[in-house]
Amino acid sequence: MADLTRLTATEIAAHVAAGEVSAVEVTRAHLDRIAAVDERVHAFLHVDADGALDAARTVDARRAAGEELGPLAGVPVAVKDVLTTRGVPTTAGSRILEGWRPPYDSTIVERLRAAGTVMLGKTNMDEFAMGSSTEYSAYGPTFNPWDLSRIPGGSGGGSAAALAAYEAPLAIGTDTGGSIRQPGAVTGTVGAKPTYGGTSRYGLVAFSSSLDTPGPCARTVLDAALLHAVMGGHDPRDSTSIPQPVPDVVAAARAGATGDLTGMRLGLVREFATEAGGEPGVTAAFRDAVDALTKLGAEVVEVSCPHFEYALPAYYLIAPSECSSNLARFDGVRFGLRAGDDGVRSLEEVMSLTRDVGFGAEVKRRIMVGTYALSSGYYDAYYGQAQKVRTLISRDFTAAFEQVDVLISPTTPFVAFPLGSRTADPYQMYLADLFTIPTNLYGGPAISVPCGLSEGLPVGLQVMAPTMADDRMYRVAAALESAVGTLTPPAL
Amino acid sequence: MTTIVLPPYDDVVARYEPVIGLETHVELGTNTKMFCGCPTDFGGEPNTRVCPVCLGLPGSLPVANRAAIEATIRIGLALNCSIASWCRFARKNYFYPDMPKNFQISQYDEPLCVDGWLDVEVDGEMVRIGIERVHLEEDTGKTLHIGGATGRIHGATESLVDYNRAGIPLVEIVTKPIPGTGAQAPEVARAYVTELRDVLRSLGVSDVRMEEGSLRCDVNTSLNLPGGPWGTRTETKNVNSLRSVERAVRSEMLRQAAVLDGGGTIVQETRHFHEDTGDTTSGRSKETATDYRYFPEPDLVPLAPDAAWVEELRAALPELPRVHRKRLQEQWGLSDLDMQSVLNAGAVELIEQTVAAGATPAAARKWWLGELSRRANEQGIELAAVGATPEHVAELQRLVDEGKLNDKLARGVLEGVVAGEGTPSEIMTARGLEVVSDTGALTAAVDEAIAANPAIADKIRDGKVAAAGALVGAVMKATRGQADAKTVRELVLSRLGVEG
Repeated sequence: MADLTRLTATEIAAHVAAGEVSAVEVTRAHLDRIAAVDERVHAFLHVDADGALDAARTVDARRAAGEELGPLAGVPVAVKDVLTTRGVPTTAGSRILEGWRPPYDSTIVERLRAAGTVMLGKTNMDEFAMGSSTEYSAYGPTFNPWDLSRIPGGSGGGSAAALAAYEAPLAIGTDTGGSIRQPGAVTGTVGAKPTYGGTSRYGLVAFSSSLDTPGPCARTVLDAALLHAVMGGHDPRDSTSIPQPVPDVVAAARAGATGDLTGMRLGLVREFATEAGGEPGVTAAFRDAVDALTKLGAEVVEVSCPHFEYALPAYYLIAPSECSSNLARFDGVRFGLRAGDDGVRSLEEVMSLTRDVGFGAEVKRRIMVGTYALSSGYYDAYYGQAQKVRTLISRDFTAAFEQVDVLISPTTPFVAFPLGSRTADPYQMYLADLFTIPTNLYGGPAISVPCGLSEGLPVGLQVMAPTMADDRMYRVAAALESAVGTLTPPAL
Repeated sequence: MTTIVLPPYDDVVARYEPVIGLETHVELGTNTKMFCGCPTDFGGEPNTRVCPVCLGLPGSLPVANRAAIEATIRIGLALNCSIASWCRFARKNYFYPDMPKNFQISQYDEPLCVDGWLDVEVDGEMVRIGIERVHLEEDTGKTLHIGGATGRIHGATESLVDYNRAGIPLVEIVTKPIPGTGAQAPEVARAYVTELRDVLRSLGVSDVRMEEGSLRCDVNTSLNLPGGPWGTRTETKNVNSLRSVERAVRSEMLRQAAVLDGGGTIVQETRHFHEDTGDTTSGRSKETATDYRYFPEPDLVPLAPDAAWVEELRAALPELPRVHRKRLQEQWGLSDLDMQSVLNAGAVELIEQTVAAGATPAAARKWWLGELSRRANEQGIELAAVGATPEHVAELQRLVDEGKLNDKLARGVLEGVVAGEGTPSEIMTARGLEVVSDTGALTAAVDEAIAANPAIADKIRDGKVAAAGALVGAVMKATRGQADAKTVRELVLSRLGVEG
């Protein structure tokens, strides 16, 4: 059989189900690939080889016993290190959780295990998912397999790079302001942010509770849909989880793959075209993709979302506010790092020192901003105002979706930038998520799918849909994929 | 430290008007915690009733307990509040060593129940206490300081944290400011907490034990000049008995008056009440108070109690204590004054249960308000804690009614019951206290008494029946009180051939 690491998840599952290859062989192939390339890519923070092989053996045993296997049984998956994994280190990319082995599995990891997927390990990320380049990981950056001198996007750069480097066919990400879609775009892979509440946050180390959304990462739209179906759905342990079944995203991806978009109305957001920072190459690749979609029968119209220009500032008040509260529990008392506990220092001093050495600069910056924005006397001017903007942005979406079925845009304003080129300027870094953030404020689903290259680097196209219309976005994404194909990175 | 000379209380209330306010925390008696499925039972090995949620582990999420919400709505309804049709939980951000998430999930500007009232009776007068709000939150854990002499943090070598209690549902009931109570302010405060406790107990939402901390009070007090603006208030935290509520108000009134008399100003601060001395000392000043950075809890969906559900709960409310007491008073045929003494003794439920166990209301009242109240007072404990149960009292009275015990013997048996020696029957048998009704033995004793007192016997034979008492007394003495006095009297008269 050909190189098992080059197969899609759909193909691997089919081979395993047919008995043409064992889950153990598939797993070994990926562990070997990780061993061969991850030193250069640094997609993984922790590889759980023993756990993966055990899971693979279980799948093989079940198959041998004649059991019916799920659609992704035996398929390896890499999990962003922000989801708890029972007994397996979970750091959220931070020193403050170094060495912590959670006593419980997140709901998503539980579902992945139940579905017979094979968890390879935990992928690198910006600390507490705060960042757009994976350079803020306390354990060093991840490198983009397309060009190892460039960033893989963030915060889920590890998950995206693992896919692009063929270390895993599937990965889990989380998207707070674009952390699934943006890395997907700059690594030439597919990343979907489901409807907020469509995937469980139980066991997701919280950054910004009202925005965080776990979702699938894959190399094809169908694979992403399959993973979405397995990981999604109502979870009674998450109060914000929507008590409805996941829309049939797999069927939608298959329907889209036929390449017919007749009757589908696609909206171009006028305000995005005027936003600063869009690279000509990105714009050109996007325009070509729009042409391709039109050829498939879709109608493209321009719509206005006048409040989108306030999305970035609103996001940078809401997300830090919530994070300042969510991260208060990291005090060195019950888990993770404890610094300076010499028996002489007071509780406050130990807590201060722990946070000083445990949190990185970007995390501290956001905690400070959020603490300020929530403090009495400033709440109304900052947090309260940002929540109002959020409402207006949601109304923009609602109004737009009365005119069109989905909105489309480039996923990012620019292709993968060189490592270190934006770390000195937080604002430049924040611009990487310019096109992805409005969706998080609204709560609807969005997907990034490769749409071409600019100067040899991948460009992503984003499809945004109304809440709980995740299926619709998969249909459009799969149609685009059928027209422009998948991207293959240069050999590592 | 300067010693403040406190003015006399009468003098204080003649010159100042107090305004009080009470914040009461009640631990709900739900089976599981507020935001997870851990059990809520009191006690238990430290950190055995915990899970990722109540430990605040990274990634864990709260899910609100419907039973706790229901209990809170019932409390709100019993306190005549409006129930919000839509409200939210908020995060109250502050550091506390035993608070797992370093924020508490509470309610802030959107409480579940608002704007109600509770009528309480003080010296026969009704006082209506306004209720500002009733809201739901979660309790914290408990810190244990080891290695010091006092168990306090000072001098301790280690501090351990027990999270068993972290996440237990806690209801906070806040009154509106209560002006106009004058000299009765301390009594009003106590009467309010007493009435509130009775209401909560009748609802069955909590075991309302102040000594175990399932009901605790913060007492706000301020003084102002007659007709003047309200004064600065202080908040005396965690007062944990009814008596202390009363004492805390009184002592804060005296202290504040002394400060004001001396030309000083009252600082807005929290104060601690000391059971031993009955006074308060300064805690944290509000001027340096934490900024709680409240904001809507994003991990929980808003709370929207269905109107039909609320009405269903309203319809199912039990008879509230005040109504219940009125009904009992009528059933028992008590005057207002008699009922008041029953109430003051905290004996309503005990009498009710004793009656349910078979005694007449009069008999039940006699024992609880007499012998048992005296003992409770002597020991400075609640009547219910005196050691006798309603079943004991009912049984005791039955033995009296059956003629097996007389009053004096019954008191002896009760002494044994209180000492924990067993049931009245067991004690009667064990101590050999049963009335001697063996006529043969009694006749011998009577004849002996007659023989020993010939002069008295003659008087009786002459028709001075009243003189029989002396002979009865002699017989009682001889039988160590175990004879039935009425039987003895009949025997004396019949042996002397006189009609009774």
